[in-house]
Amino acid sequence: MGIPILKLGHVLIASIQDALTDNDLIQLRDDLSSQVGWSRATGVIIDVSALDVMDSFATRTLRGIADITKLRGAKTVIVGIQPDVAFAMIQLGLDLDGVTTGLDLDEGLAAIGRGDRGDAGHG
Amino acid sequence: MPVMGDDGITVTIANESDIVTARQMGRALSEQVGFQGSDLTIIATAISEIARNIVTYAQRGEIVLRPVTANSRRGVVVVARDDGPGIPDIARAMQDGYSTGKTLGLGLPGARRLMDEFEIQSEVGVGTIVTMRKWLRR
Ligand SMILES: Nc1ncnc2c1ncn2[C@@H]1O[C@H](COP(=O)(O)OP(=O)(O)O)[C@@H](O)[C@H]1O
Ligand SMILES: [Mg+2]
Repeated sequence: MGIPILKLGHVLIASIQDALTDNDLIQLRDDLSSQVGWSRATGVIIDVSALDVMDSFATRTLRGIADITKLRGAKTVIVGIQPDVAFAMIQLGLDLDGVTTGLDLDEGLAAIGRGDRGDAGHG
Repeated sequence: MPVMGDDGITVTIANESDIVTARQMGRALSEQVGFQGSDLTIIATAISEIARNIVTYAQRGEIVLRPVTANSRRGVVVVARDDGPGIPDIARAMQDGYSTGKTLGLGLPGARRLMDEFEIQSEVGVGTIVTMRKWLRR
């Protein structure tokens, strides 16, 4: 199951629809890193609100996506982490330090609008 | 395919899509037992980590999910079994950040924090058994 990637102006938006397998996430990483190049995107928003869990593999891969897109000139914002998912992530010992997060798509777009190309992190 | 029996649901873990099946089955069973909200996500996350370890380190194994009752408390038990390489130093494997797979090293210690009870038995060349329980809050 591939994750559709939409383009809105200079922003690529990937909405995760379902529980993801590891391969789906790797595929998303590869798709985004190539598309950021040829689409000249300055921002990437990954909406994870439909994700059932964020385990260590998912967190590590999302962090990897943020690093790769940054090198390719685009800022990644992860939006929609659900409260239950965030709670479990913290207990597991995971964090997304250095990756910009937002509550929803609007916040994601605002964070990209504010940021410079490839500027990861809050503030 | 998961198999449902008197002694619970058995999910064969042989590839990465089985990780998703196991955590979804775990969530569904936990919901039947009466867990809600963040507890369901917590149980599913712990199962995801332990199932991934089977795929990564042992290639195959199984996860058995069962409702349990003890001292009039209800809960779920998750038993993950493989006959992979085993863990030479369990104390080290249980430390945050220790990984022989160059990953985050949070699966075992994180699953222990997520669940109420966590036991691990492992023998080099024989395999690994992880048993985890979560109890319903009264
Ligand atoms: N089922 C298993 N069989 C063999 N070794 C395992 C198993 N589960 C975990 N391990 C060992 O314990 C270490 C720590 O596991 P974990 O905390 O999940 O972190 P990670 O998977 O990121 O390495 C692994 O790197 C591996 O060496
Ligand atoms: Mg692991």
